[in-house]
Amino acid sequence: MTKVVKVENLSKVYQLGGTRHNSLRDALVGFLRQPSLRSEKNKLFALQDVNFEVSEGETLGIIGNNGAGKSTLLKILSRITKPTSGTAELRGRVGSLLEVGTGFHNELSGRENIFLNGAILGMSRAEIERSFDEIVAFAEVEKFLDTPVKHYSSGMYMRLAFSVAAHLEPEILIVDEVLAVGDVAFQRKCLNKMRDVSQSGRTILFVSHDMSAITRICNRAIALSDGKIVGAGTATDVVREYLSSSWGMTAERVFETDKNPPASEFVRLEKVRVIDENGETCGSHDIHRKIGIEATYEVLQSGAILLPNYQVYNQSRLHLFTIQDVASEWKRREKDQGRYISTAWIPGNLMAEGSFFVNVAIVTYLPKMNVHFNALEVVSFDVADSLTGDTARGDFSSKMEGVMRPMVDWETSIREN
Amino acid sequence: MQENTKIKTGGAWFDLNLREVWAYRELLYFLTWRDVKVRYKQTAIGVLWAILQPVLTTAIFTIIFSRFARFESLQVPYPLFALSGLLVWLFVNNSVTLASNSLVANTNLVTKIYFPRLIMPSAATFSGLIDLVLGLIILVGLMIYYGVNLTSRIFAAPLFVALAIVLTVSFGTLFAALNVRFRDVKFVLPFFLQVWMFLSPVFYPSESLPEKWRIVFALNPLTGILQGFRAALFGGDFDWSAIGAALILTLVLTLGAFFVFKRMEDDFADLI
Repeated sequence: MTKVVKVENLSKVYQLGGTRHNSLRDALVGFLRQPSLRSEKNKLFALQDVNFEVSEGETLGIIGNNGAGKSTLLKILSRITKPTSGTAELRGRVGSLLEVGTGFHNELSGRENIFLNGAILGMSRAEIERSFDEIVAFAEVEKFLDTPVKHYSSGMYMRLAFSVAAHLEPEILIVDEVLAVGDVAFQRKCLNKMRDVSQSGRTILFVSHDMSAITRICNRAIALSDGKIVGAGTATDVVREYLSSSWGMTAERVFETDKNPPASEFVRLEKVRVIDENGETCGSHDIHRKIGIEATYEVLQSGAILLPNYQVYNQSRLHLFTIQDVASEWKRREKDQGRYISTAWIPGNLMAEGSFFVNVAIVTYLPKMNVHFNALEVVSFDVADSLTGDTARGDFSSKMEGVMRPMVDWETSIREN
Repeated sequence: MQENTKIKTGGAWFDLNLREVWAYRELLYFLTWRDVKVRYKQTAIGVLWAILQPVLTTAIFTIIFSRFARFESLQVPYPLFALSGLLVWLFVNNSVTLASNSLVANTNLVTKIYFPRLIMPSAATFSGLIDLVLGLIILVGLMIYYGVNLTSRIFAAPLFVALAIVLTVSFGTLFAALNVRFRDVKFVLPFFLQVWMFLSPVFYPSESLPEKWRIVFALNPLTGILQGFRAALFGGDFDWSAIGAALILTLVLTLGAFFVFKRMEDDFADLI
């Protein structure tokens, strides 16, 4: 089969410490040079010697933890940024969808935004005109075509944005995690559309944290960790391997405002930490001790009931439990603008030993259910059972089965007859 | 949209890839149209602002200069003289300001979508053209009102406008690129533009300058552009040395600006 994407020894180095220069002279000299010739210190390899090929009609999934280099790879393939070394060849018209609704302007009407967004995504005016009715029908916004999109509900806005993108017809489609927001019905609609596209014989590169989406849509997958390919093969195999490994764990994650943090118009996630009982960031916990999961978020708009919702998974990505703020104080109370810190304490002697991953969402249930964002696998932590004899394992010293290891109260009495 | 793409480091040393800019002309059109549309949304009098700004400034200049200073060498009434200069100046001033901000203001586009980056400052510049065209209509009306005789030279006027556009694109591109890395541009630019206006024959004729300074003032391409533009409109003589200087300077500035832009362009998405 023809190879339509060929990536060879691709690397991308970022200079840590940003772009500061000691003097204006350094800066003037610096920018006339190639990026690769600048200071050798403080380099961060976002991608290191990445090689892979994709055949025509194939759907390649790209998985990896946050910061593994997935977005950098997509940005290079979309030509948004240049690699530091290596090459990539793409044969055919490329369309990339790193974000739904890029370039939408709030002041413009739905109709105007369809044309603007279409042009931004690389459609010709003729193409947009041809698919115009379909786009409008798919988005279900016929009545509001001439209303500025700032008056749209967030659902309508997302539907319209996705609808324009879905009618892009490139030979190679590059899609980033664009399905992580919106209601469930909308997510399903997006996923089905993606599958239609892949079945129509086009080549897709698809980044997602949603492992079931990867296995359903993709034939092959690659896994990235710290900028390197650590797994490649059929989607099912790579996903299985990924789930049982702990590539790139972290107990603290900071979301910078300018780096597209998980957010809605109401709330923006700033930081998530796993902490010990003293409030220190801690990635490894003794099974006795309680474990805190702390999210710092900024409420941008007053007036919504915003509940933090944490989902905890184990190493085999079994969803162990979901915890959310049901403390009476905030359960039905609207949050005003400002910065909030919500900590959930998982009691000691509950988790089994092993590695755990946490998704952090902010949700509203009343008056209407809305998932503001659900940031997948933002933090992870380990729990160790210390064999001291005073835990649920007692004096048992080999591998103990079970996904949880609660310490429960026992009562045993001698029955006297 | 190219059929085949080869991605590698750097790229040609000086390759503007204007063919690609041409391929993206529809995007240029839509972005220009968006900028115009958004600029006058939610304003009470909308596009009238495009006319009010030069007309009011002309009125102020007319009052000041008819009271306190008089220019003897004018062929036409002062309001005509001032308005003709101001229209060109305001276009340069507003478009360079918009263009310098264009990449930074569209961070979400620059970091999420590929397009020839040159399109962004160009669209901002072209969006200022609509104001200029509206202003020129008022100017022509005013010329008729004052009974100015039109000569065949008027056909040269668009050439000077075109030269002003090229000059504006070059400054806009340069500042847009520099602004991505050095936000100092935001502070430097208003000051630079103010000084530039006073050094350009916007509200005074270049003929009123002392002879020995004229050569220095000719180093400002706007001197030649404004002189030529007015000569074309009002039927004066072309100052060929100033116009020639403007032509050469604009060309050199444009090449220089594009060169800097090209050098910095690859890092925009990482730096912005």
